[in-house]
Amino acid sequence: MTTPSAVEIRGLTKSFGDVRALDGLDLSVARGEVAGFLGPNGAGKSTTIRVLLGLLRADGGTVRLLGGDPWADAVELHRRLAYVPGEVTLWPTLTGGEVIDLLGRLHGGLDAARRAVLLERFELDPTKKVRTYSKGNRQKVALVAALAADVELLVLDEPTAGLDPLMEEVFTECIREAKAAGTAVLLSSHILAEVEKLCDTVTIIRNGRTVEAGTLESMRHLTRTTVTAVTSADPAVLAGLPGVHDFAADGHRATFLVDAEALAAVTGRLSSLGLTSLVCAPPSLEQLFLQHYGDRLPAPEQVDPGLPRGDHTSRMRRTRGDHGLMATSSSHSSSSGQSQRAGDGPDGDPITPEHVG
Amino acid sequence: MVPTVIRSRPSTSADVNRRAMTAAPLSPDRSVPFTRAGTLLRFAARRDRRRLVIWVLALAGITVYATTALGAVYPTAADRQARAAVMQTPAGILFSGPGYGTRDYTLGAMIANELGLSVMIAIAIMSIQTVVRHTRAEEEDGGAELLLAGSVGRRAPLVTALGLTALADVAVAVVVTAGLAGAGLALVDSAALALGWALTGVVFGGVAAVTAQLFEQARGATGAALAVLGVAVVARGVGDVLRPGGGPLSWLSPIAWAQQTRPYVDLRWTPLLLSVALIAVLVAAAHRLSRHRDLGAGLLVPRRGPATASPLLAGPASLLARLQRDTVIGWTIALFILGATFGSLTDAVISMVANNRQLARVFALTGASITDSFTAAVTVELGLCAAAFAVASILRVRSEESAGRVELMLAAPVHRRRLLGSGVAVTASASVLLLVAAGLGEGFAAAAVSGDAGLVGRYLVATLVHVPAVLVILGVAALLVGAVPRFAPLAWLVVVWALVAGMFGQLLGLPGWALKLSPFGWTPKVPAEHVNVLVQAGLVVVAALLIAAALAGFRARDVPA
Repeated sequence: MTTPSAVEIRGLTKSFGDVRALDGLDLSVARGEVAGFLGPNGAGKSTTIRVLLGLLRADGGTVRLLGGDPWADAVELHRRLAYVPGEVTLWPTLTGGEVIDLLGRLHGGLDAARRAVLLERFELDPTKKVRTYSKGNRQKVALVAALAADVELLVLDEPTAGLDPLMEEVFTECIREAKAAGTAVLLSSHILAEVEKLCDTVTIIRNGRTVEAGTLESMRHLTRTTVTAVTSADPAVLAGLPGVHDFAADGHRATFLVDAEALAAVTGRLSSLGLTSLVCAPPSLEQLFLQHYGDRLPAPEQVDPGLPRGDHTSRMRRTRGDHGLMATSSSHSSSSGQSQRAGDGPDGDPITPEHVG
Repeated sequence: MVPTVIRSRPSTSADVNRRAMTAAPLSPDRSVPFTRAGTLLRFAARRDRRRLVIWVLALAGITVYATTALGAVYPTAADRQARAAVMQTPAGILFSGPGYGTRDYTLGAMIANELGLSVMIAIAIMSIQTVVRHTRAEEEDGGAELLLAGSVGRRAPLVTALGLTALADVAVAVVVTAGLAGAGLALVDSAALALGWALTGVVFGGVAAVTAQLFEQARGATGAALAVLGVAVVARGVGDVLRPGGGPLSWLSPIAWAQQTRPYVDLRWTPLLLSVALIAVLVAAAHRLSRHRDLGAGLLVPRRGPATASPLLAGPASLLARLQRDTVIGWTIALFILGATFGSLTDAVISMVANNRQLARVFALTGASITDSFTAAVTVELGLCAAAFAVASILRVRSEESAGRVELMLAAPVHRRRLLGSGVAVTASASVLLLVAAGLGEGFAAAAVSGDAGLVGRYLVATLVHVPAVLVILGVAALLVGAVPRFAPLAWLVVVWALVAGMFGQLLGLPGWALKLSPFGWTPKVPAEHVNVLVQAGLVVVAALLIAAALAGFRARDVPA
């Protein structure tokens, strides 16, 4: 017999008045797996999570949570999961320690030793009133309460939005430990680095629909490696090779994108041209993300692969809107059946350098 | 950590520098702390326009309606003299005014004496809410930070809040004056009456401006200002009962100052100078206090708390009880004191009626004992207080939901029935506690002044007889919160209606069915009447049905909705 998956959502729809928040969303999280749930603001991540928690009633589609019905069996199911909301609001007059204990007791008690260790790791002072906590500290309270609970599934809605980089690192360790202990994690985020670092699978949604889902590996093959090479011979011949895109050359320096399956052939050809320098940037989730929301990949000549990723992205941002230089990735997204064209992204830009830095 | 102390920040050279920096690009004069107050005022007026227009029109409308209705209900001088006799009873004085003009009870005297108290309480509540909304509430939710980061004077928000409040109060005065004069009453007296009411509103706006400096949370600031209002109302009432026409205790209350202008009887303006002086003092105090604190901070420094929760804090009921703890303690003390105030008047009531043949006749006609009639009348007020608490308390569940905290509870293994049920249970228990406190206060005080220990039980029953009516109002509010949360604040309408029907039903000659729309309209006037078990049980059944519907509604809807 097989244990049911932690989360299984098919064709979920939910409307608020005229607004269709979820429009046929699919999402699955296997037992013991860390699943990334990506999408820009307003894509429907929090709404999906609220449906999963039985707070909102689904209009259509099927939703199974730990083998049960999240609406009808809410109380039973909630014993087996812990939740960190995206916007953590706590009772201002209670102390952080009191809130952690209260939430723990609602779950039927929490492990005092684990609580103490987590408080120390997250450097949280439990004697302060919630009112005096910063956003990050409120988030830590919710995280400590969730991580101290003994559960099968952690539902985390953008849990690191207010944490500093050091605390993000602590969070990453904690999630790895939870995974090692067999806990499934649903991690919603628009922080690509976080998802890339932690998640086994990724589901990308936009406007209430799933546009891409699978393991990181299975998605990476969809994305092109960015290659910057300096050759002794003229690199122009590379432009005609199958699988090479957005080729640009500046003398002997060539920058282009190459499909994963064409990589072997292209590198073979490169070495025959007398390679003097080669930088390959692996396909990052940012590219996947841009493919779906930013709609463009970076113009090759604008990218200096030697730069750390934050800078890299800010360069990409600066080039947006310059249609002459940009290549679209529409040919690429045919696999998901949701072809995205350049320029049809959301009005607000979902990716800013600080989110990916 | 230092215990709660007044945090005072001595003015340092850094402060001076900071101020100079703020001033540099603008103007170096002393108006800098108020820079952009005009812009803020327009912005605040725009945000509040609907709310304030409704308040102003409602208050003016009630006054004008009451004027025409009273003219119709009491058309002759004889009718009005009969009414004047009732208004000279202690309960009448307690819930109206000092009773100027009762010897020749004209329509104007009637309006000034009987309507003034309620209208002033309403204006005061409007003013308190407006000031707190634009000062402490703004700081609490972060809006003030955004504003003050712009080139806005540090004290501009306080000036704005007081200015907007004064404008709204003056608007009430103008519309009321026009309405009363339009109904044929003397213009100058009408203006004095309306101005007195408006100044009382500004006084309590000033009180709120002070409490907003002291408390970190808007809820605390509003509560403290309302408490001051309550004390002022009771002081005026007791002072007037102890000495007809107003004694020293009355003159301590801003409510009395407006009433002491004696409009339509023997007009004098001087008492209003007291209002103006107090406004000046309060505004100056608020500004002084605001200089000694940081944005977002109160003057009462927050203390650290326990690192672990007490074993009692383990579920939604204990959480809600904990969140409401201070509020319940405050209400309990207030109702005990209010009950004791009423109870201590028992002796005064007896001697007053003994010395007044006309009053003795009124009571002889109704067939009830003097003290029993008085007790029945005042305990309804105690019941209404408990009902107001019940609505505020159950609406807390809704505000917890709006703040996103109910979500946190429901994501834990907590059934929705348990969550809202806890809210209802905590509210109902606290309401009973309030009525017990009120009844005991009344009973002990009455027993003390009369030497009859048996009064304690008698007064306790008279107070607790209102529990079923309070539960019905709680049920209505819970149903709104559970099923149609967007309309939850409408629960206040039930309380307002119960108040109007209870206080003015007879005065305005409202039909019987209208009085029965209030659950208090069904409750017998104990101890003047007997307890009716059937009616009480009926009210409890209605309350139970409403609560069951509330729980079912909450189970079926989205959270947050």
